[in-house]
Formats: sequence, C-alpha cells, structure tokens
Amino acid sequence: MAVGGKRRWWWKRRAAVVAGVTIAVSVWVGSHCYFRRENMAKAEEALVSMCEERARMIQDQFAVSVNHVHALAILISTFYYQKQPPALDQETFAYYTAKTAFERPLLNGVAYAERIIHSQREIFETRQGWTIMTMKREPSPMQDEYAPVIYSQETVSYIEAIDMMSGEEDRENILRARATGKAVLTKPFRLLESNHLGVVLTFPVYRSGLPEDATVEQRVEATAGYLGGAFDVESLVENLLRQLAGNQDITINVYDITNASEPLIMYGPQIPEGYMPLSHVSMLDFGDPFRKHQMHCRYREKPPLPLSAITTPFGIFVIIMLGGYIVFAAKNHYDNVKEDCRKMEELKVQAEAADVAKSQFLATVSHEIRTPMNGVLGMLDMLLDTDLNLTQKDYAQTAQVCGKALISLINEVLDRAKIEAGKLEIEAVPFDLRSILDDVISLFSSKSREKGIELAVFVSDKVPEVVTGDPGRFRQIITNLVGNSVKFTERGHIFVQVHLADNSDLGADEKVHSGLNGLSRSEKVQIMSDCTFDTLSGFEAADTRNNWENFKLLLSDEMCLQEASTSDKEPDIVTLIVSVEDTGIGIPLRAQDRVFTPFMQADSSTSRNYGGTGIGLSITKCLVELMGGQINFISRPNVGSTFTFTAVFKRCNKDAIADTKRTLSEALPTGFKGMKAFIVDGKPVRNAVTRYHLKRLGIAVEVANTVKMMLNSLTRQNSNFRTGRQPYIILIEKDSWYTGMDVYLHNQLLMLKQNDCVLELPKVILLVTCEYDKMSSGSLVDTVIIKPLRASTVAACLQQVLGMEKQQKKELSNGPTNLRNLLAGKNILVVDDNKVNLRVAASALKKYGATVECAESGKDALSLLQLPHKFDACFMDVQMPEMDGFEATRQIRLMESKANEQISNGGASRGEDSMIVEWHLPILAMTADVIQATYEECLKCGMDGYVSKPFEEQQLFQAVAKFLVSKPSSDS
Amino acid sequence: MLPLCSRVLLSHPFSPMSLMALREQLNMLVNSMYIEGLLDQQFQQLQMLQDASSPGFVAEVINLFCEDAERILTELTKDQAVVDFQKVDAYVHQLKGSSSSVGAQNVKLACIQFRQFCEENNKDGCLNALNVVKHHYYLLRNKFDTMLQLEQRIQAYDSKQQN
Repeated sequence: MAVGGKRRWWWKRRAAVVAGVTIAVSVWVGSHCYFRRENMAKAEEALVSMCEERARMIQDQFAVSVNHVHALAILISTFYYQKQPPALDQETFAYYTAKTAFERPLLNGVAYAERIIHSQREIFETRQGWTIMTMKREPSPMQDEYAPVIYSQETVSYIEAIDMMSGEEDRENILRARATGKAVLTKPFRLLESNHLGVVLTFPVYRSGLPEDATVEQRVEATAGYLGGAFDVESLVENLLRQLAGNQDITINVYDITNASEPLIMYGPQIPEGYMPLSHVSMLDFGDPFRKHQMHCRYREKPPLPLSAITTPFGIFVIIMLGGYIVFAAKNHYDNVKEDCRKMEELKVQAEAADVAKSQFLATVSHEIRTPMNGVLGMLDMLLDTDLNLTQKDYAQTAQVCGKALISLINEVLDRAKIEAGKLEIEAVPFDLRSILDDVISLFSSKSREKGIELAVFVSDKVPEVVTGDPGRFRQIITNLVGNSVKFTERGHIFVQVHLADNSDLGADEKVHSGLNGLSRSEKVQIMSDCTFDTLSGFEAADTRNNWENFKLLLSDEMCLQEASTSDKEPDIVTLIVSVEDTGIGIPLRAQDRVFTPFMQADSSTSRNYGGTGIGLSITKCLVELMGGQINFISRPNVGSTFTFTAVFKRCNKDAIADTKRTLSEALPTGFKGMKAFIVDGKPVRNAVTRYHLKRLGIAVEVANTVKMMLNSLTRQNSNFRTGRQPYIILIEKDSWYTGMDVYLHNQLLMLKQNDCVLELPKVILLVTCEYDKMSSGSLVDTVIIKPLRASTVAACLQQVLGMEKQQKKELSNGPTNLRNLLAGKNILVVDDNKVNLRVAASALKKYGATVECAESGKDALSLLQLPHKFDACFMDVQMPEMDGFEATRQIRLMESKANEQISNGGASRGEDSMIVEWHLPILAMTADVIQATYEECLKCGMDGYVSKPFEEQQLFQAVAKFLVSKPSSDS
Repeated sequence: MLPLCSRVLLSHPFSPMSLMALREQLNMLVNSMYIEGLLDQQFQQLQMLQDASSPGFVAEVINLFCEDAERILTELTKDQAVVDFQKVDAYVHQLKGSSSSVGAQNVKLACIQFRQFCEENNKDGCLNALNVVKHHYYLLRNKFDTMLQLEQRIQAYDSKQQN
C-alpha cells in the first residue's frame, strides 16, 4: 500500500516535472517563433518600403527622361514645319542634345531617324551621301520603308545611317509608336556597343497638322521620323540605386513582363539571387501602356535574427523553469511536511495511547502489588505479636520496615499513575487544618530531633478552624514537602506557615507598615546583633520574604483585620498560602527547572546520599494543581529552599460541619483557658510560633526577649498577676538559657514571691530542639519540652507540670484497663433518643465497670438529674427530638447554678461545702459529628467535652479522664 | 479481622466438630459481611462487648436496630407524596445513628447520602436514596437473620454441653 502510494506519488512527480519542462520549452519555442515572425514582418515592411521607394524613383526618373524625349520630338517636329527636309542639321541636333543631356539622365543618347519610303531612298541616299545600313553595318536590302538615323547625339553617333527598322525590336517599336503617337519601349535587349541591357524608347515625329483623334493611317501618313533613345537600364538603375540607403542589403530585379509567361530581365542578375522567401514585387509604369514592367526586391541575405529573439525567450524559459521549480519544490516540501505531520499525529496518538496504557498498567499493577503486600505486612504484624527471640524480631521488623517503604513507594507510583490517568479525585470533606499540620510535624519530630533541626508550624489566626477540602491529599502534600526538607536539611530549621492568600499579599508593602510599631523596631536592632538573620533558627533562608520583617507584618495585620473583619461576610472560598521553608542544601541552579519532573532528583549523587525516588515532588505538584493551587519554590544552594503552594478550600458552614465531619484528631484539652504564660525568646519568628501553639490552648501570652526583661516586666505588672488565679508559666528558649541560669532564675522568682509579686512560683519550662540540650537544662527547671512544638504535646507537658493529671502518663500506656479504673463504680447517665445507640453506649460503659442508667429524652434526663443526684457523669446525645442535648445541658446548668448560689449564700451546711465545692456534673456530648464547631457549641452551653459516637476507646478515655481523674476513683 | 476469628476459634479448642463447623460458618458469614462493606469495625466492638454476663447482647442490639430501622423505613415510605424534608431528615438522622452504632456501614453511608439530598431539598434524590437505604438494609437484615440463627444454634449447643 505504502509502496504503491509512493510509486504513484513518484509518477505524479515525474509527470509534473515533464509537464513543467514541456510548458517551459513550448513557451520558449512559441515566443521565439513569435519574435521571428515579428522580425520577418518588420523586415518585409522595410523591404516593401524600400522597394516601393526605388520603384517610384526609377519610374519618376524614367518619366522625366521620356517627357524630355517627348519634348525633343515635338521640337524636331517643328523643324519639319513646312520644310522638307527639315531645317535642322546634325551639328545643331548634336549640339542641342549634348547641351540638354542632363535632362535625360537615363538615356545614353538620342537619335532621330527619318521615315524614308523606298521610293525616296535614292534621293535620300544621295542627299545624305551615304547608303542606308542595317544593324549589321551592311547596306540595307530593299525594304518598303526605312528609318535611317540622320541626327544623333554624339554619344550614340555610331548608329548614324543605320536603318532602325532593320532591328527586330526597333522596327516593332517604330511601327507601334507611329500608330499610337506615344512613347513606346522595346523589350530589353543588349544594346549595341555597351552590350548592356537596355530598352529603346521611340517617339514618332509627325508632320504638323495632325489632328488629335487621327486614325492610324493618318498617323502613319503624317509620320516624319522617329526619335529614339536608348535607356541603358542596367547602368542607369545602378547609378540611381547607389544614391539610396540600404542599397547593399537588397537585390533588385527589373523584368519586362509584357509576355507574362516569359518575363524578360531588364536589370539584375540573370538568376535571381538573395534571400528567396522574402520578396516584394512593385509594378513599374514607364509610360508605355503596351509594356509592363515589374521590379522584384529581395534581401541579399536572410535578415539577421535579432539577439532579443533568442535571449528573451530564453529568459522567459529560465524564469518559467525557476518558477516551476519553486512551485515544485514548494509542493514537494508541502507534501513532505504534510506527510511528516500525519506521521507525527499518528505517533502522537500512539504515544498518548501508550502513556494512558502505561498509567493504567501502573495503576493496575500497583494495586495488584498492594493487595498481597498488605497481606505480607499484616502477617508480619501478627508475627511480631508472637513470641520471637531478639534476632527473629529484628529480622521481622526489618522486613516490616522494608515492606512499609515498598508500600509507600507503590502508593506514590499509584498516585502518580492515577493522576496521570485522571482517576484521582479530590474529596471535599471538612477537616481541621491545624491538627493535620500537627500530625505531620509529629511524624517528623523524631527525625528533626535527631538532627537538631528546628521544626515549627504556624497557622495564621485568619485561617478558619475547619475548611472543606481533601485532608488526605493536603496532608500528603505537606508530608512530602516537609519530608523532603527534613531529608535535605542538616542544620537550621524547617518552618511551615499557613496564611490566607489575600492576607499575605500585604507583606509586599512593607514600608507602609513598618512605621506602625516603632517599639519593635528598636527591639529588632537588638535582635540583629545576636543573630545574622531574622528567621526561625537564625540561619539564612532562601526566600527572604519569610523573615521576621514580613512575618511581623502578617501578624500585625491579622490583629487589625481580626477586629474589623468579624462583621464582614466571609467569602465562600478560602485560598491558603502554605510555605515550607528549610535551611538545607538547596537545589542546584541547573536542576531547578526539572524539580517537578518525576523520578528526577537534583543529581544522581543525591539519591546516593539521601535516598528516595524523586517522585514525591511531581506528585505534590499534581496534587496541588488538582486542589486548584500552584506550587513554586525559591532555592539557593547551600542556603535552603522554600516551597510555597496555594490551596483552595471551601469555607464550612456550621451545619455542614455538624453533619458530615468526623473528628480527625483528638480535641485539644480545654483546661488551660485563662492561664497566662511568658515566653522568653530572642527570636521573634520562633516566639510567634510558640505563641501560636499556646494560643490554641487558650493561654494568654506575653513575650520577652531575655530572662532579665521577663523578670522586669513581672515586677512591673505584679498587680495583674496578683489577681489572676491561674498558675503562671514561663517558657524559655534554649538560646536564652545558659548554665547556672536555673539557679539564678529560681532565686529571682523566689524573691518575687517573697515580695508578693507573684502568688505562687511560676513553672519554668525549657524549650529545646534536641535530646542533647535536655541534659544541660539544670535541675530547677520544671520540665523540658523537646521541639517540634505541637499544641497537644505542649498541653500534655503543661498538664504534667501543673499537676492537672498526675496519672496521665501511666494511664496512656495501658488504656482499656485504665478506662476500667476510671469508670468502675461510677454512676453514669446516658441520654439518647435512639434505642440502639442507647443500648450500645450503655453496654460499652458497663463493660468498663460503670453503673449505667439510661434516659430516652432530654426531659427524662432532667427529671433524673434533679439535685441532688448520684451521677458522676452524663453522656448526652446532641440531636434529640423535643429537647436536644444543648438545651438539656443548659437547663441542668441552670439548676446547678441555682443550687450553687444557695450553697454560697450559706443555704447549705459548711460540711457539705467542703465535700462538694459546687455542683458541676460533667456532661459529655455524644455525637457522630465531632468537629470543632460542635465542640465550641458544646462548651458554650456548658458541656465539658464530647465523645464520638460510637465510642472509640482512646477518645472516650481522654474525654472521661479529664473529669473523672480529679476525683480519683476509690478502687484504683 | 484475622486475629478476631483466630481468637474465636482458639477459645474453643475442644468443642465438637458440629459446633466448630457452626462457629466456622458464623465467622465466614461475618467476614464476608466485612468484606462486602455491610459491617465495619463498630460491629467488632459490639461483639467484644458481648460476654458471659450478657450473652444475647449482639442479638438484642441487632433486633433493636432492625425494629428501629423498619419503623423508620415504614415512616419514610408512607409520606412519599408530600415530602417534609425536615421530618425526613430527622428520621434519617436517627437511622444513621443506629446504623453507625451497630456498625452497618453501607446503611450508614447511604443515610449520609440521603441527608445530603434532604438538605438540598432534592425530592428525586431522596427517593432514590431511600431505595438505596432500603436495598442495603434488607440485604443486611437477611444476613443478620442468618447470623442470629447461627448464634442461636451455637448457644443451644453451649447450653446442651453445660447441661
């Protein structure tokens, strides 16, 4: 097929070439012929005009001569006037004719022959003194009449006495002339003497008295003689023509065509010569109607072909050939390009198909691998649960780790393939962004501690608590980026920030805002002397936009915006800017443009040093784009990289939150509300991070750059703290700490206490980045928190320090049994309108040893909870008909506050008061939709917390522990 | 789920073959229900709650659930002509609550879908969703029936042995 096509194509091409050449050649030939013909026509025209010109000229000259001879004839006739013989003699005639010869340039000479009848011959001969001779110079034989020449011009004197009638032509001439009375020409013949071709002109000379209309006989009778003249046509014509231009170019023949079938040549070569095809014939009228003459003109040589007749067609030919070649080449090129294009299309389709097939294959294969791998991992899990000796355990664990690595790699490949195949869909569920970031941070906490890197996360207050989006993918992006950063960073920090997109734009107009807080400016100078860069760890970061200058602006901006924006209608879409900044090795400049290409690491040595497949960032990019965002980065080798991406989420309306959300993380403890903390940290970015975490716990924060400043402000503000009931916490960064500080600080604080500046000794907490620092903390520090900070770890530490939950650590280690301890013997009321739920919840609580009572509606619960009651806690369903959980709780709280008032008013006995400080039944909301908004609502109406429904052991424990531990159970 | 079945099997190493077979059958059934997505972890929790002190706990809960669900489904089917979305929503919420307590995963998910349609006041969607819920529910109830029968027979064996 293809060969045939090619062949056909080749033939076509060949045909085109042949056609093109043929056209060009024919045009060439055609134009050449045209030029030739044109040239010929021109030549002919010239010939015609030349010929006519010559003809007219000869004719005119001839006519002039004839006229003159005519005049001479008349003159002679006058000599016959009543004279016989005429009164003229030879001398006079010769003299006259010689003098007037210029008038007759064509005539050799003229002669006059008298008509002599035979009877007069003798008289005549005697009078003249000679005998009449014939042409042959013999004495004339006897004739009827004779015409002997009696007068002659000197030039022709040799014909004197010759009888003109003896010559054939002359005789004919004479007879014709006297009959017509007009000039008569002979046919051409060789003239005597000169032997030139010539004609003889003969005029009759009549005696006077001849009427005009005389008959032939009268004329013959009146004839006195004949005047004749010989035209030496040959030499005369030659002389004539010599005077004209272009004489050399043409040949001329003059014919006498009186006898049409046998033209007689008068002039010109006997055999016509010259260029035969082109000739012109002009008629000549020499005044003798009997004789007809023609002049034939032709070029001596073939008229030369002008150069242009060759060059122009050739030029045209060349142009046509070139044009044809151009068209041909263009067509050829077009064909080639078209063919290539078609091939390319085909290949493209193939490639695309292959790509899709590859992606599908990858997806399928990855999936198929995953299934058995899950089996392998599950079995390894179970194997690890069995009794193994140390070696076996080690092997099994190694296998498990490898298996997990393999699974994660497969998952990545699968993700990538899914994205490429367009099969990955982004979920839209509400989730808590901050807790996800906390999770990611905790995931990398051990690694960052090992390396001594500061790992921190900061989420702007403007970012809503809950957004709708794909938490899994978001987590994946963050994990990828942070994972990369951790992998490539040996010192310094990794800092994850989340801001609202529109908000962070404000960082650009830095100058406008920097004047606002002059105080911090002076502080900044001090800071600058300590460390080189205003970043989290003091190391330089690649993206200078992330330094304190801008960060501060974002913060201060938040402050003012928060006040203003509450009334605003918030938009439906939340665009977040997330940046992950590290101070790692950075990305080499030449590798920066292919960072997002799959399986492409900065260079091959990277994978040797740091491992990994390099697929992560490409997936990250795909995910970010799927989430409607963009990712880019700024990186400087040996300084660090900052990856920034935007993500678009939807804002959650409260109802949707309540309905679809399941908790993604444990709720943060709420017991710290109203506490105050002092952060001692020289680095503003870092203390902002710390502040962020403490704020999430509801702790009010103050900041000081050094310990000394902190102590000063403590002294200054003592009155404030005296009134505050809550314990006071001091968090000190490792940087602001030095050996011996603990003693100094302790003494100072003791002094403050003695001076009544503080009610009780503040708890001192040291913030460190790695385990090593922990050693140097000194003994008088209450506790040490190893970074990365997370709200929940901070909370746990604070709980520990403040003695809020002394047993928590222990309990966490063995949950269920402790849950049993917590709940055993407790009276618990479960309120739910759904019987199934009620039964399940009750049964679950019973399992942990609690005594459970059930109520099927809020009202039932209220009646059961009339004070005083025996219940230690109440689990309340939120959504119930008639009276929902919130309303019921409000009513309970109302009852309790009334009772409490009565107590405080001294309505109850002192003894009771010491037993129960005040009525406050821990009420826990039970809801399937546990999210922050619900949680807030729970708190608002006086609930103490919530548990998810159905119960999850860990979460149940956490929720219950908060309230039941403070009253340690009797049987623990 | 594997640890669960092995535990169940191991806990009666010396029971007669028929009892073993019954238990095996029950396990197979429950496992298949997990795999099909009819049940989730919550059901496992329920099974763990059942012990000597409350031998019929699972059965009781299942019965409660079925009664509840059937009542709700009847209510929902009844007023199809005029849809009071709020009322329907309340019912579906209840059904969702009970199904999640029992661990009836498919029913629960269908309920979530249903509630979304309710919120959108999408009548056709609701009707469709109702059909889906029903479909899942009846599928589940059939399995539950088989399961309960098996359990009864096992308990019958147990009591026989004890006697």
